[in-house]
Amino acid sequence: MNAVDHVAAIPAQAASTTPLLELRAVSKRFVKPIDAAARIANLFGARAHAEVVHAVDRVDLSIRAGEVVGLVGESGCGKSTLGRMAVGLHTLTEGERLWHGVDLDRLQPDQRRAKQLAIQMIFQDPYASLNPRLRVLDIIGEAPVVHGMVPRAGQRAYVEELLSRVGMDPTVLRRFPHQFSGGQRARIGIARALAVKPEFLVCDESVAALDVSIQAQVLNLFMRLREELNLTYLFISHDLGVVKHISDRVMIMYLGRVVESAPTGDVFSAPNHPYTQALLAEAPKLEAGKKTYVAIRGEIPSPLDPPSGCHFHPRCPHAMPRCRTEQPILREIAPGRLSACHLNDMG
Amino acid sequence: MTTTNATLVVEHLRTQFATRAGVAKAVDDVSFTVGRGEIMGLVGESGSGKSITGYSIMGLVDPPGRVVDGRILLTSRDGVTRDLRALTPAQMRDVRGNRIAMIFQDPMMTLNPVLRIDTQMIEAITAHERIGRAAARERARDALARVGIPSPDERLRAYPHQFSGGMRQRVAIAIALLNKPDLIIADEPTTALDVTIQGQILYEMQTLCRESGTALIWITHDLSVVAGLADTLRVMYAGRIVEAGDVRQLLEHPAHPYTHGLIASAPSRNPRGTPLRQIPGMTPSLLNLPAGCAFRERCPHAAEDCRTAPALTQMADGRRLRCFHPMPLHEESAA
Repeated sequence: MNAVDHVAAIPAQAASTTPLLELRAVSKRFVKPIDAAARIANLFGARAHAEVVHAVDRVDLSIRAGEVVGLVGESGCGKSTLGRMAVGLHTLTEGERLWHGVDLDRLQPDQRRAKQLAIQMIFQDPYASLNPRLRVLDIIGEAPVVHGMVPRAGQRAYVEELLSRVGMDPTVLRRFPHQFSGGQRARIGIARALAVKPEFLVCDESVAALDVSIQAQVLNLFMRLREELNLTYLFISHDLGVVKHISDRVMIMYLGRVVESAPTGDVFSAPNHPYTQALLAEAPKLEAGKKTYVAIRGEIPSPLDPPSGCHFHPRCPHAMPRCRTEQPILREIAPGRLSACHLNDMG
Repeated sequence: MTTTNATLVVEHLRTQFATRAGVAKAVDDVSFTVGRGEIMGLVGESGSGKSITGYSIMGLVDPPGRVVDGRILLTSRDGVTRDLRALTPAQMRDVRGNRIAMIFQDPMMTLNPVLRIDTQMIEAITAHERIGRAAARERARDALARVGIPSPDERLRAYPHQFSGGMRQRVAIAIALLNKPDLIIADEPTTALDVTIQGQILYEMQTLCRESGTALIWITHDLSVVAGLADTLRVMYAGRIVEAGDVRQLLEHPAHPYTHGLIASAPSRNPRGTPLRQIPGMTPSLLNLPAGCAFRERCPHAAEDCRTAPALTQMADGRRLRCFHPMPLHEESAA
């Protein structure tokens, strides 16, 4: 892909009905195999077995060009794993990953690499995701030169242009990451992702480490870039306020499964799944007056040993016997709205 | 809250860090009062001096940092008032963990990873009191139960790594409560926790303070956490308190442009999908503060007179404010 048709290609995409990125029933399992000691113990009758974490369990995700999808959930729910699978940083245990309708994992490596560039990730920690020994010029400018998008002679001008695009002074090229504040580092991380002209960005908690006033600046930058470059985002966050503000559609995950997926307005005005309702009720609100906190019961169970049936049933105020045995299916409850809860069958 | 039954009175506290590049005034002339059972939110961004204020009260500022001036008066339930800065290290050790307790953002700062929970909790009790081991264990068990840890008898025998993040923070809170302190200083204790767990902990802290009359200073960068929890707010910027008052007053009618900017930049205060109102620029370095009002370079109201530092003045509605050009109140009700 070259610089010119990056923008020019957008209308054609929007017109087609093929989603930009589609994940079909993807799963990710992390297996810790039994070691030698456990194998010997098994010879003597111990019942050691491999530990399997179902980080992501048959999740479907389809994102249209220009859309911003918010992915919400608590720690350990698999949202970051799903994000990394979308980018290709994790291989899929099961399922397919389609980019413009093409299965990326069936392509030849060199073809896949070329397509893969259009999907980039912005990481959570602006302190850990930049190489401390590289100058800004190399952090941002290395990839486009390596991939032949920009000649080495043009690298400097190209990086300067990117820096101004993310609202930074282009004269800082020679500096190292430690010479910047958290907000500036976040901007450098964004510029680095933009350097290879992506169409799709996965933002994993990209504003979580920033101060309140800086967070607003970076969120505004994300919204401005979306318009200027016609970007598509998968915006992963635990912060409901941020997700509500920036997303068109929200997906809520719990222990590796999607429990609800709907347009943002619907989720926040009328959450369907009891877990979504609990999340919204617990989120701190900027309203004065003593709030009496109603504690939601229990903790997030270990993904090593998730509860049977509906994963949420031990904490759910509406749990029925059926929830313990049968896994609810994510199905359409209204046009564009999906929820996985047995309560929706009760009419 | 009147000063007569105040648990903590801080007057003109100054803490400075001597660095090679100059003296950083991390806490600069900070004064406030916390009454019995009062929950005070101490709000500010990173580098505002909110945590150093907490450490200064606890006497935990390490060199090159030093508390250079001010008085910290703690009045216990028994009516004894101590000036914490005048105490000897031994006397301070007796106050710390006993009359004042601190809860840190990372509970592993409080917990020793190689000791069982019961060892650590019993030690915290016997360090301050002549009490039998069995009685101390009993009290530790009750404290765990009070912060909502299931089967506390079993959990006492566990090691910190056997707990989840939320449970560890509960253990840290239980340790803080062991000796029924007069004051708890909580430094962002829920920042690393999930929303549903944060809700549980806020709920428990609220009840515990109400029941025991313990005063609480809740240090945070997130106004929405203290909005539903605190009675009063102190907003810090670059080492100084810029606005202080009742929670409702400050959240509904912020007078300082910085407080106003913080509240206005929250996504919930902006229509969905529109650009957020933002505070321009970034927090200045403490080594290189602008003369006069430290906020003036980011402030939409800044004028020539802001080059001299405004004093923290009592306003007609009871709040204290450090600003020559506060937000007009009618604009607030519209926003």
